[in-house]
Amino acid sequence: MIQLWQALANGVMTGALLAIPAIGFSTIFAVLRYPSFAIAGWVTLGAFAGWIANTRLGFPVLALIPVAFLAAGLVGGLLENATLKALRPAGALTVAIGSIGLNIVVENVIRFFYGNDLRGFDLPLKPDLRFGGVRVGPQQIENLLMALTIMVAVFLFLRYSRFGRGMRAVADNPDLARLKGIDPGTISQAALVLGCGLAGVGGVLLGLDTSIDPLTGYRVLLSVFAAAVLGGLGSIPGAVAGALALGLAEELALLVAPPTYRTGIGFVAILLMLTFRPRGLLGERAV
Amino acid sequence: MVSYLIFTLTIGGIYALLALSLNLVWGSAGMVNLGLAGFFGIGAYASALATGAGVPVLFGWAIAALAGVAVGLVVTFATLRLRDDYLAIVTLGIAEMVRLVALNERWLTKGADGISGIAAPFKTQLGVAGFNVFYLLLVSVVVAAVWFLLRRLDVSPYGRALKAIREDQELARFAGKPVLRFKFEAFALSAALAALAGALYAHYQSYISPDHVQPLITIYIFLALTAGGLGRPAGAVLGGYAVVLFLESTRFVAEFLPGLQPVQLAALREVLIGAALLLALHLRPQGILPETAPKAPQP
Repeated sequence: MIQLWQALANGVMTGALLAIPAIGFSTIFAVLRYPSFAIAGWVTLGAFAGWIANTRLGFPVLALIPVAFLAAGLVGGLLENATLKALRPAGALTVAIGSIGLNIVVENVIRFFYGNDLRGFDLPLKPDLRFGGVRVGPQQIENLLMALTIMVAVFLFLRYSRFGRGMRAVADNPDLARLKGIDPGTISQAALVLGCGLAGVGGVLLGLDTSIDPLTGYRVLLSVFAAAVLGGLGSIPGAVAGALALGLAEELALLVAPPTYRTGIGFVAILLMLTFRPRGLLGERAV
Repeated sequence: MVSYLIFTLTIGGIYALLALSLNLVWGSAGMVNLGLAGFFGIGAYASALATGAGVPVLFGWAIAALAGVAVGLVVTFATLRLRDDYLAIVTLGIAEMVRLVALNERWLTKGADGISGIAAPFKTQLGVAGFNVFYLLLVSVVVAAVWFLLRRLDVSPYGRALKAIREDQELARFAGKPVLRFKFEAFALSAALAALAGALYAHYQSYISPDHVQPLITIYIFLALTAGGLGRPAGAVLGGYAVVLFLESTRFVAEFLPGLQPVQLAALREVLIGAALLLALHLRPQGILPETAPKAPQP
């Protein structure tokens, strides 16, 4: 019974961390209509930017979030626009493949400077908290709270800000949005900055939870995709729901399956979802 | 030096085969397969295991191709009905799953150690040098045969139907083409080719491990195809050889860049690969050998 509660607690925390890059991925998909594989690169970039700020410059943990958002959002947003914009007329698949090329470049530039070693953040050691036998690290709770705060901020931004409403309008119907005087170019650029920035924040949160290396982003890529597909491609509330469902599924599956198959859970989840309900929990049509 | 050249050309042939496989799904039918490395791995392991159990090598290759088809169909069963981006995501997952299974199911695949001592056909009779020449010829003949068949397919009514699906599924369906069946068949055939390439590789190296099934292979093949010419079998073949030559030539660049760690050199190489893929997509969407649209036959 304790094991089950522990798995549920871990699942919520895993899911909340996963939700942040998944929202980033879904934002880009909703507005620009292509699955960005470069998300993996921006997750890693954000993680390293946060790590440098933390270990070299001595930034406290809370300050790492804006650092990662700005680094990944600006570098990612600008690079992804600059390298992939011209490919958009050729279709979503071409852009997606271009984003794979971009991801390889980003990942390996980081590898060139920092090598393949695992790196950890400078965190004060604190004993685990216990809630009736369920063990939770204080850092995990802090991560969970940060993730929830970011989610709320993103929702408020999309709901009330001018850019946010513009993004939702373009995602809903680009032609109608243009007719209403919304410039799709500006909105696309804003969506890229937001999406890449959130990916970077996700990188820091994942890094705080474990450690980072140039493959940090690639390792969660399949889980991010799985969260987005589970929730429904392009739906931002869906990305959150999908990430939580996936986090819970991963942790619960660990009760019966060996931990080495963790990423496999995401794959199985994708297959099952696409077979029985392709549009995902909260998504649009998938055909 | 000669043996190095023979090695490079043999690997080039295996990459050309993979590029032909990708050209069939992506170039002809407009679907994407990001799990090429996975199918490559399935073929390599299936043939290694089958021949290890005493099956003759040729049957091992047939089993490899069938295993590729089986996995391809099971995994794409739900996905091929959906929008193309779903296939991209699912196939990426296949490659990861194959690597996970190869790493973890030690009873079957010997885990990270890999399977060694895979039967190398006629190696004892021919000696090492003779075997390498023989295998180069064998791979080249297979590449030529597959190229010929796919070229025939390309200009046949079947190939035209695939390209119609690539251009506009709805229109193809409206014209009475069974779109879904075409997609399944194209994907299955492509999976079989990728698995065959894996089997050829395994029996050439006599060794296969999860390290050989890295997702990077898929990227190399995408680069090969976009640079060589998407939608044209000859372009795929050219691209496959060109990418291997490029990869091998970067080994020599290391001599001009002293003071760099091996990991930095490897990273630099992958940066070049990624940049080349982006560049190829930008500069010449049609590749070195552009697709040629044959005239419609007169009724």
